[in-house]
Amino acid sequence: MASSTEPAPGQAAPGALLAPADVARVVDRMAHQLIEKCAGGGGAGDDRDSLADLVLVGIPTRGAPLARRLAARVEAFSGTPVDTGTVDITLYRDDLRLRGVRALEDTVLPPAGIDGRLVVLVDDVLFSGRSVRAALDALRDLGRPRAVQLAVLVDRGHRELPIRADYVGKNVPTSRAQKVRVHLAETDGTDEVVVVEQ
Amino acid sequence: MKRHLLEAADLDRADATLVLDTAAQIDQALAGREVKKLPTLRGRTVVNLFYEDSTRTRISFELAAKRLSADVINFSAKGSSVSKGESLKDTALTLEAMGSDAIVVRHSASGAPHRLANWVRGSVVNAGDGTHEHPTQALLDAYTIRRRLGRLDGVRVAVVGDVLHSRVARSNVWLLTTLGAEVTLVAPPTLLPVGVGAWPVEVSYDLDAVLPKADAVMMLRVQAERMNASFFPSAREYSRRYGLDARRMAALGDDAIVMHPGPMNRGMEIAADVADSVRSTIVEQVGNGVSVRMAVLYLLLGGAPA
Repeated sequence: MASSTEPAPGQAAPGALLAPADVARVVDRMAHQLIEKCAGGGGAGDDRDSLADLVLVGIPTRGAPLARRLAARVEAFSGTPVDTGTVDITLYRDDLRLRGVRALEDTVLPPAGIDGRLVVLVDDVLFSGRSVRAALDALRDLGRPRAVQLAVLVDRGHRELPIRADYVGKNVPTSRAQKVRVHLAETDGTDEVVVVEQ
Repeated sequence: MKRHLLEAADLDRADATLVLDTAAQIDQALAGREVKKLPTLRGRTVVNLFYEDSTRTRISFELAAKRLSADVINFSAKGSSVSKGESLKDTALTLEAMGSDAIVVRHSASGAPHRLANWVRGSVVNAGDGTHEHPTQALLDAYTIRRRLGRLDGVRVAVVGDVLHSRVARSNVWLLTTLGAEVTLVAPPTLLPVGVGAWPVEVSYDLDAVLPKADAVMMLRVQAERMNASFFPSAREYSRRYGLDARRMAALGDDAIVMHPGPMNRGMEIAADVADSVRSTIVEQVGNGVSVRMAVLYLLLGGAPA
């Protein structure tokens, strides 16, 4: 694993994009945005979302702990507990035939389900948009949310599908040759976002 | 995983565990859903090539393939050109020419799936060959034990009855020992195969002595259709010594489970009240079979073509 102290090979090293404190701050900001969206006065009419309707659904691997963290922060700021879940998209991917088979991960929905609620998909990096498309396909089989939104820690551009995020932790202009690695304490022992040259 | 699933003896611990874990994830993903369908194998074709009668295995494979959105062709020897004398090889090549990606084969000849695997480019899954192996049955049995008891390592499994003719018993012996379970075969001497001493199992002729120590008891069907000699004096005598009735079931430990691969001869190897008791996992095994076969098809066909 590349660490922030190691100079990246190749060109001028962007190094660690977000340090642990930055990740925490970004997650806090996204939690505030979620609260604002759900509890704030949209004033648009009757179909205003409430936090009780909100479900944060993480896309494994790192979207899952990220969704739980966001939920914990939303609860800390608003006092309202928020449901979370995970949706494994492996069986819905459009590139299965291009790579070897992969092990599956958890799919867990809250006991109240997702029907009629506001589902916010949570992922670590938004790149081509194909994972999100697969997640939307999976959601369609799992229920009928009132609306689906997308929250990502990092948006690195290079979309291949007409998909955009509703909540973005950090926009990072990248080249296709670069890789964006998100490390989370739950899965990798530390919080950081690193850009790696290939 | 390899390209084919021909025998449980081929599976190492990592592969076998991968199948069981994948089945568990599929179960979890489909639990309580209205649409029990996944798009994973869309556009791929699975042929069920059955030269022997089957209810649950064929339907189970068909359902598994359909739930993964594959196209399924069911072929049974009866009513096909096999009755005009077409060979297994020609039949298989014909099916492949029509674009099959996987062939699930059941055949009365031991080793038929192995031959088939040399002739076709797609994957071959053994759904039972003669008295040799039935690997997906063993996988679903292992999955059932793991779900009920929470583990396989160190679990004591008694496999009781017609071991000689049972491909289920052979596959279970290899798979369960690979996964760390301890297998004891219980059968009359006439229904044990030659060379059983070389298998990684204990052998006993006394069911009553084995039952109190068993965590799972797997009753085998007495395969009258494969018996060309008298292997035991009478059905009644067999049932008295090797059948599982309520009295014997009472000797089992508190959490022990009773399994049967089906179809059952009620009253012969298993009493009706045992088969319908809470310890019995017989119906559960059938349900688990679909998930396990989905896992196998996904792992064989889901990735990049080899």
